[in-house]
Amino acid sequence: MSTLLFAAASGAYGAKIHTPHIDYLSILPILIMMGGAVLLVTASSLFRQVMGVGSATFITVGTAIATLVAALFQWDHVVTHGAKVTIAGSIAYDGFSVFIQIVVAIAMLLTALIADGYLKREGIDGPEFHVLAMLSASGAMLMGSANDLIVIFLGLEILSIALYVLAAFNHKRAESGEAALKYFVLGAFSSAVFVYGIALVYGATGSSNLPQIADYLSKNVVASNGVLLAGLALLLVGFGFKIAAVPFHMWSPDVYQGSPSPVTGLMAAIAKAGAFAALLRVFVSSFGTLRADWQPIVWGIAILSLVVGAFAALVQKDIKRMMAYSSINHAGFILLGVQAATVRGVSASLYYLFAYMFMVIGTFAVITVVARDGDSGHQLTDYRGLGKRQPLLALAFAVLLLAQAGAPFTTGFLAKFTVVAAAVDIHSYALAVIAMASAAVAAFFYLRVVVAMYSPVGAVGDLSDLDAGELDAGPISVASPANAPVSVHGQNDAVASLSVLTEGPPTSAVADRMVRVPGLTTVAIGLSVGFTIVFGIIPGPIVDFAHQATLLFT
Amino acid sequence: MIGAASALNGNISGEWYLALAAVLFAIGAFGLLIRRNVLVMFMCVELMLNAANLTFVTFANMLHDIGGQVLVFFVLVVAAAEVVVGLGIVVAIFRRRANATADDFHLMKG
Repeated sequence: MSTLLFAAASGAYGAKIHTPHIDYLSILPILIMMGGAVLLVTASSLFRQVMGVGSATFITVGTAIATLVAALFQWDHVVTHGAKVTIAGSIAYDGFSVFIQIVVAIAMLLTALIADGYLKREGIDGPEFHVLAMLSASGAMLMGSANDLIVIFLGLEILSIALYVLAAFNHKRAESGEAALKYFVLGAFSSAVFVYGIALVYGATGSSNLPQIADYLSKNVVASNGVLLAGLALLLVGFGFKIAAVPFHMWSPDVYQGSPSPVTGLMAAIAKAGAFAALLRVFVSSFGTLRADWQPIVWGIAILSLVVGAFAALVQKDIKRMMAYSSINHAGFILLGVQAATVRGVSASLYYLFAYMFMVIGTFAVITVVARDGDSGHQLTDYRGLGKRQPLLALAFAVLLLAQAGAPFTTGFLAKFTVVAAAVDIHSYALAVIAMASAAVAAFFYLRVVVAMYSPVGAVGDLSDLDAGELDAGPISVASPANAPVSVHGQNDAVASLSVLTEGPPTSAVADRMVRVPGLTTVAIGLSVGFTIVFGIIPGPIVDFAHQATLLFT
Repeated sequence: MIGAASALNGNISGEWYLALAAVLFAIGAFGLLIRRNVLVMFMCVELMLNAANLTFVTFANMLHDIGGQVLVFFVLVVAAAEVVVGLGIVVAIFRRRANATADDFHLMKG
């Protein structure tokens, strides 16, 4: 009561309430991205008819490009004026944050292009997909610039909550809702763990602000402080869930498989970018003095992710599940840079995130178009003969997969090389060796898809690849006597004979048809492949970019 | 009556609140892992978030820092937004089938 009176009295006498100075340039890309989402949803509600996907895509692409331009302007500004901390110390405005904004803005741009074709094909109208994607992108960007644990948490939630909805977006597929629920329950669990970790760190250090925590830790010797270490462990668990590192990866195969394909690409790119950015900032810069405590744990998580990701992907039949385990494997690689906790390690991780963003979104763009109507063709058999039917699409997919495997002359090779070099730098030889071995194992499952694409569709081995689920799915079972010889025939004969014999196309005949690649998706795939190859051959610019971003780290 | 309450407050040290929060958090985490009803799982998440809130408030009081109490508002808002989305997803699934038991969500395996 007395405080209320006091507030009223001071208000009456015109006492100023001091609000922090807000440097709008430091949050300009986030504002543009979030503003674009708000504008789009508001604009669409003003019209009587449902807004078409085309115009929503147009606005989204425009917003993403504006965000990118603002981020590039920021980069110029940071390089000339230096890094700083703004808005009462809660936002860091440095090369590191600008780097993440650029990565996320490009990811949003590519996803908008891919989603356009997907939404039209699936007959999902309205601007909501793009609105949610932009909101979640702004969350990832906020995580990149957050300089306070609670701001990281807010960014994490803006990112995740929009992604939960996006995962459920295709209401025609039962898997989509199931994926969303699994993602939601485990995501909410990990957020709660993360918040409790923040609470414990706050209690132990007296602040949730990262520089103040670092300051406290450098001035006070906190050997075996139980509360602080527990908080640190809980933060690591929270991050582990978001980056899908083993043993916190259980959600990711189901969620990757069930979500609409463009969403999976976006999820893989920006959730990793945002969460790794925050992880690097919290652990390397704030808890750097405690690295003896957390480095062994990150070491273990990295090894588990590398090994489990590579080996579990080998036995997957569904390509999106395989990509989920592949992304777990990639998380292990990026953790190599985190574990090193050196300038070299951080810049290697940043470079990896940039390269991975292009590779994974391009890969999911191809997966989106190959899946056809209903977003259901994700078996390896759906890729059989793609090299003959659509050589360019198959070539693009092969390049992206080989880049993920770490083939030379692609950004993927350089990304793997830099993180392993960073691990060797701090004498983590065991980790480096395991990483390279896991890359060799991983190459096997990427190559399996490439081989499938370039093998003829009518090969006798086809039937053995079809599992029971797929047999049930087709309108006419492939195993039924009428169709049994089909898979032994050459592909043209098979199509011809089937179109005469049956009305509903059986599975193998569907796989023979060309898939339609919308123009905008072609642009997105082209950009991904172009980036992966051009900057794989001329690595200088991006490596320097990532390195400079690290030097401008507050 | 008011005097008795304040005397009681004075006697309970911060550690007890922290311990209570830890117990609540553990109940929430354990419940989330063993309960199969999705709505009960949501409640467990809420319990975990509120345990974190109690920890924030207790530490803010112990450290004489208003910052920790402010953080609680952020967590509350996020928790509300999270539940809105979670219930929306459950409703979307309910339209497909008539229950919300975690054991039934097994379309995807591998």
